[in-house]
Amino acid sequence: MSSKKVEALTAGLMSVLSIIIGFAVGAIFLMAAGLSPAVVYGKLVDSVFGKPKFLVWTLMYASPIMLTGLSVAFSFKTGVFNIGAEGQFVVGALTATFLGIALKLPAGIHAIVCMLGAAAAGFVWSMVVGIMKVKRGIHEVLSFIMFNWLAFYLSNYVVNLEYIHKEGGGEASKDVAETARILFPESMLKATDCTGGNWGILIAIVLAIVVWIVLEKTVLGYNLKAVGANRFAAEFGGIDANKSILTALGISGALSGLGGAVQILGIGGRLAQFAGQEGYGFEGISVALIGSSNPIGCIFSAFFYGAMKYGGTKLSLVKAPAEIVNIIMGCVVFVIAIQAIFKPGFKKLTRKTSKIQ
Amino acid sequence: MDVIIKNLGLLINATLVATPPLLLAGLGSCFSERSGVVNIGIEGMMTIGAFTGACVALFTGNGWFAFLCGGLAGAVFGLLHAIACIQFLADQTVAGTAINFLGPGLAIFLCKAMFDNSSDSPAIELSSKLPKMFNGVFEAGTFGYNVLGVYSVSYLVFIIAALCWFIFFKTKFGVYLRACGEHPEACDSIGINVYVVRYACVILSGFMAGLGGAFVTLATVSQFRPSVIVGQGFIAIAAVIFGKFNPKGVTFACLLFGFCTGVKSLVSAMNIISPNLISMIPYIVTIAALLLFVGKGTAPAANGRVYMRSK
Repeated sequence: MSSKKVEALTAGLMSVLSIIIGFAVGAIFLMAAGLSPAVVYGKLVDSVFGKPKFLVWTLMYASPIMLTGLSVAFSFKTGVFNIGAEGQFVVGALTATFLGIALKLPAGIHAIVCMLGAAAAGFVWSMVVGIMKVKRGIHEVLSFIMFNWLAFYLSNYVVNLEYIHKEGGGEASKDVAETARILFPESMLKATDCTGGNWGILIAIVLAIVVWIVLEKTVLGYNLKAVGANRFAAEFGGIDANKSILTALGISGALSGLGGAVQILGIGGRLAQFAGQEGYGFEGISVALIGSSNPIGCIFSAFFYGAMKYGGTKLSLVKAPAEIVNIIMGCVVFVIAIQAIFKPGFKKLTRKTSKIQ
Repeated sequence: MDVIIKNLGLLINATLVATPPLLLAGLGSCFSERSGVVNIGIEGMMTIGAFTGACVALFTGNGWFAFLCGGLAGAVFGLLHAIACIQFLADQTVAGTAINFLGPGLAIFLCKAMFDNSSDSPAIELSSKLPKMFNGVFEAGTFGYNVLGVYSVSYLVFIIAALCWFIFFKTKFGVYLRACGEHPEACDSIGINVYVVRYACVILSGFMAGLGGAFVTLATVSQFRPSVIVGQGFIAIAAVIFGKFNPKGVTFACLLFGFCTGVKSLVSAMNIISPNLISMIPYIVTIAALLLFVGKGTAPAANGRVYMRSK
């Protein structure tokens, strides 16, 4: 096996191991709370795999976090930490909602315009932070946190504007035009029996592959990764590091913004007023980590996270707190954080398999 | 004139209520960051502190004891972060992200398990909360009442801030911890145990974040709700970077955030501008201040870098 394959295999094994440990720790907490892990996990599995339509719902839950996950993974690969995916997601959702309500365009084109607008919004939102970093040396984590909250309040402000706000009360915007939605055609919705079924998942998977190609097979990707690995070495080699950082942040922001659009034009249909941060961006961080910052890995980790999120919504039926999902996810990420201690064991394992082949 | 004085009193009052949680968490974070361990898990540590504080107050009725327990709960998560980052050579950002899932997840999970599947705890009685100063000295609503009749912790935090500054710059431990964040290898070579220093700092950071969280439930809000902390941990992180990783700077940064929150609550009571726009003030002020005055960041050189002692 090539070293790259060994690396990917190790990363995959690591993710599986961390998930197993996560569930084991979760079981301890469930037992401590007087609940049977078998019943709760049974319900979790059943509510994801029990019916075909559950599986479709899982995919729908996975699509926005797959995009924010890709966004964060992309930033990790290029040496910046996009903790602002949350804010970029929100401005994307806001832009998609606005364009979805304000414009009158034929079906299909309308949706594409909304998505491009959302990606542009995320791009700009992230780029401003990038410019502050490059020009004034302001720590990107700090400004991303600020921009997350600015996006949050901006969105709540716009949702409450008379032009946008839903008529006759309710804490949400008007519905976006039917022409802007990206739902499956009627026949497919009926066949899958899932009212929220939409093309978002396809968009996310295609983009994951595109991002992988960009990172692995293009000069642009090579430059970005070189700056991520060692900025000074890259500069010495003639790469403009500042330009690379800006490009990386811009692309990363656009992916998150698109995630916001997929959520609104897909399942949502309208933008609700936020009570607290929705967490799509922060969930994206976990998706990226579980997928070991590999775009293709993100596809699988987003499926997993989507399943946990969707399954979690059903746990109240067995009187279990849905927060057990957060505990499990926290443990999974924690084990991934401390994976260095498992490395020697894994090395032995993968070396053996490569000898056999 | 009277109106101005009264509003000024209200403004100071709101600032004194909003600042302590941020300042406690921010000061703690200074220790962690300056010793070389990025602690992005403040939010999670504050949430678990808030829950533990509320819970202990409900069962024991002792506000100060509950406050301390909130801190200890935060310290447990600090220990977890320390083990991951120092012993197991974890990526510090990743471990912090995990803490941010575990803290709130565990707090709400336990809350539901203990209080009849409700994510809100019962309200804490006044006698079980942290005490206010000058009880009955000032008439309610007067300037003196607003400024001095606040929770004693609101003033205590400034003494703690001064103490932190003292530890940072006037004690041997302070020199050690700052050195560990700049050049751990050099510290090791002259016999400073980098691991011990970092462990102490990260656990302290968790403890203080827990105290900050407990202040919210034991003073401001009077119960645990999933939304009590939301975002304050991240604001504290912002304040630390803004305050250049220095207790003095962090104190001013937290006061600025607290003051803006005060302005926010005062202006939104007047009902002229959308509260959502007013809520943006603290963030815009920070960005403006960064662009105009602060300039280049001054993170410790070894911040976030895993340190492994050579054998």
